[in-house]
Amino acid sequence: MSIASDTITEKSGYKLHVVRTDKYKTNTLVLKMKAPLTKEDVTYRALLPYVLQSNTSKYPTTPELRSYLDDLYGAGFYVDVAKKGEYQIISFTIDIVNEKFLSDSTPLLEKAFGLLSEVIFHPKKNGEAFDAKTVSNEIRSLRQRIQSISDDKMRYSATRLVEEMCKNEPYALEASGNLQDLETITPESLFTYYKKMLNEDEIDLYVIGDIDEKEVEALADKYVSLKERVPVSPPRNTDKDVDKEKEIIENSDVKQGKLNIGYRTNVAYGDQEYYALQLFNGIFGGFSHSKLFINVREKASLAYYAASRLESHKGLLMVMAGIENANYKQALEIIHAQMNEMKQGNFSEEELDQTKAVVKNQLLETIDVSRGLVEILYHNVISGLDITLDDWFAKTERTTKEEIVAIGQKIQLDTIYFLTEAEVQG
Amino acid sequence: MEKIAFTQLKEELFHEKMENGLEVYILPKKGFNKSFATFTTKYGSIDNHFKPLNQKEFSKVPDGIAHFLEHKLFEKEDGDVFQQFSKQGASANAFTSFTRTAYLFSSTSDFNRNLTTLIDFVQDPYFSEKTVEKEKGIIGQEINMYDDNSDWRLYFGTIANMYHQHPVKIDIAGTVESIADITKDMLYECYNTFYHPSNMLLFVVGPVDVESTMKLIRDNQNNKGYKEQAEVERKFAEEPETVAKDREILKMNVQTPKVMLGIKATNVHQSGSQLLKRELATNIYLEMLFGKSSPLHEELYEKGLIDQSFSYDYTQEQGFGFALIGGDSSKPEELTEALFGILQKSKAGTGLNEESLQRTIKKRIGSFLRSLNSPEYIANQFTRYAFNDMNLFDVVSVLEKLTIEDIRNIAKDLISDERMTVCQVLPK
Repeated sequence: MSIASDTITEKSGYKLHVVRTDKYKTNTLVLKMKAPLTKEDVTYRALLPYVLQSNTSKYPTTPELRSYLDDLYGAGFYVDVAKKGEYQIISFTIDIVNEKFLSDSTPLLEKAFGLLSEVIFHPKKNGEAFDAKTVSNEIRSLRQRIQSISDDKMRYSATRLVEEMCKNEPYALEASGNLQDLETITPESLFTYYKKMLNEDEIDLYVIGDIDEKEVEALADKYVSLKERVPVSPPRNTDKDVDKEKEIIENSDVKQGKLNIGYRTNVAYGDQEYYALQLFNGIFGGFSHSKLFINVREKASLAYYAASRLESHKGLLMVMAGIENANYKQALEIIHAQMNEMKQGNFSEEELDQTKAVVKNQLLETIDVSRGLVEILYHNVISGLDITLDDWFAKTERTTKEEIVAIGQKIQLDTIYFLTEAEVQG
Repeated sequence: MEKIAFTQLKEELFHEKMENGLEVYILPKKGFNKSFATFTTKYGSIDNHFKPLNQKEFSKVPDGIAHFLEHKLFEKEDGDVFQQFSKQGASANAFTSFTRTAYLFSSTSDFNRNLTTLIDFVQDPYFSEKTVEKEKGIIGQEINMYDDNSDWRLYFGTIANMYHQHPVKIDIAGTVESIADITKDMLYECYNTFYHPSNMLLFVVGPVDVESTMKLIRDNQNNKGYKEQAEVERKFAEEPETVAKDREILKMNVQTPKVMLGIKATNVHQSGSQLLKRELATNIYLEMLFGKSSPLHEELYEKGLIDQSFSYDYTQEQGFGFALIGGDSSKPEELTEALFGILQKSKAGTGLNEESLQRTIKKRIGSFLRSLNSPEYIANQFTRYAFNDMNLFDVVSVLEKLTIEDIRNIAKDLISDERMTVCQVLPK
């Protein structure tokens, strides 16, 4: 039996993915629009979903649109802009109660499709431009959101590492855009971009819940109409030979130093070695049994958080730890030592088995949440592959210690970034 | 074992009180991969003044000790419990709130073994001077991390403004100075006082077999030989109804200012259905004024006083209750005044009409049903409700019965100048 797979139907201009399950009290629609991450478009794409979710031609003010959502038993409606590898992905999510749990039995799924269609295809506009007031409100709101990233020092430090590490690569761009470009956007230019996006993005619609596939397809045909397109894929940009490691120390008014380290793994989602990389990361820093947690936190008492994670579609491994400003050198030494242990294969079969078990557990838990399931299934859209979860589990299970050590040979330290209050002795 | 059926929600809940007093609940969920269990003691950061087990006098313990104890319980003579959970393919965690300390795990295999690990590690403390000292460094970094977080500082700044005496104003993790005083003996004293099964609740949710799971727990508890223990006596200083401070400004390294308004509630010694109604009605009241469907929200947004970070919430437990309203704002003074204005006018009914009430009730019912998709939500909230003698599954029926009079009465009771305060984070 396959674990949580989707039935995919090619439609004009998009793919429809349906997952039938009766475990939720709601039905979920997620529409994803994907395009390469570029300097020209990044801020347009960061702004656009927020303008679209503000109002529509039928519901011209936010209170009118939101009152309609409330009437649909508080349908959840969210937008999001994210970076996955060198793509920027816009998501629209509607989560609506399945009426079988209500005393009122009005069918709600069709209303959800209608709403999605209204938001995406029928914005409030003024000729060939978005409503000017809406755009200026959302520009202001996005400006504050961009600024708030640097107000959150943990996030700021992680962002600065990527900026420095991936200088001159599209990946250095932030999914939330930048302030300079934001000030140049007009209601007209945004509308022009919107039409381009509708015509050119790679679009996927996921529908999850206790639903009938035929009914969903009929609703999709009724409410979603898009032109055929050939989506653009940028060339693979995950491999890099580091010629010189960078160390960047910046000062800020922080009580705790934020240490972030980036490595190039030269392996990405979809590669045969990806399963070994995932386990490498798990033994090294992904969990509370990992080397970083044990050595930086439990043994040396240097940190509350000390962990690593993968940027699967870009082939990066990122370490983060919050430490006393004065403990920079010591923390760095311990982290380097753990990486060396990994590269030399100094980890036990027991650590490997433990990590296989928790990686599998983590995946199974993720797909218990409908939005988590969509994220897992969407990996295949980004990578252009068709890897089932069963495959993923089987290959993880079969991975050997030798394969993990071999991954270690491909991993290179690229950049160390430290945000600190004190002067650090070079 | 009793079975409680919720027909409309298509859920069944099983309950048994163990001989040693432990309350156990099991909610089977078919179709899910994950099982989830929480083991919670009714002991949080506010419980800092009490009669320790077998003693006649009240004593005070250092700020942050409940949270410190939570950290230390994971460590055993032969290593830490995180290791054991991950060997069994589970992921474990814990948290300390104002009123509770919860230990939890989730797993997609080996459920019985993981459940036994959870119960056994919580019921078998091992504290030593050496590991207590070591933990001070780790928790010190946790405290520093929160000190750098402007949203957290704003949150506790607002609560500290409201309370003169009540320990809810103390940061849950304490301070670097207060935790320095913690010793292994104090940890044992708190443990022995608050971790008796009769002060705890175990909640299991997931694709589990009810009979065999209940038996496993029953056998486990019967083998441990707990002796009966009287209810813990806690002491709280008299708390005035008014706020301690009506205004506080924190200067931090931020670009966008932040504003939070706090409203301190009165008559906070309710429990059961009274508390449930008060909490739900107050949240409906806030939603009617400040939700995205409200014209008042629209006005604040159009004027550039708020952005997407704007939020509001009301919470109440035995002895304290408050509403918090705020978010990022480039015009903190204007926002503060506008919020005070809206709240004052609501006393006369402005913004509170029947149509918007019915819509807001529908919305809340929908979001409640949506949250039942989450095993974590069910386990955590059910426990919180149970500790306050409320039933989580009564939410829909209480919401359906709320009237516009109820909401207007909330406005009249809640809003008063001397019980409101504001905290702002401003750029240095």
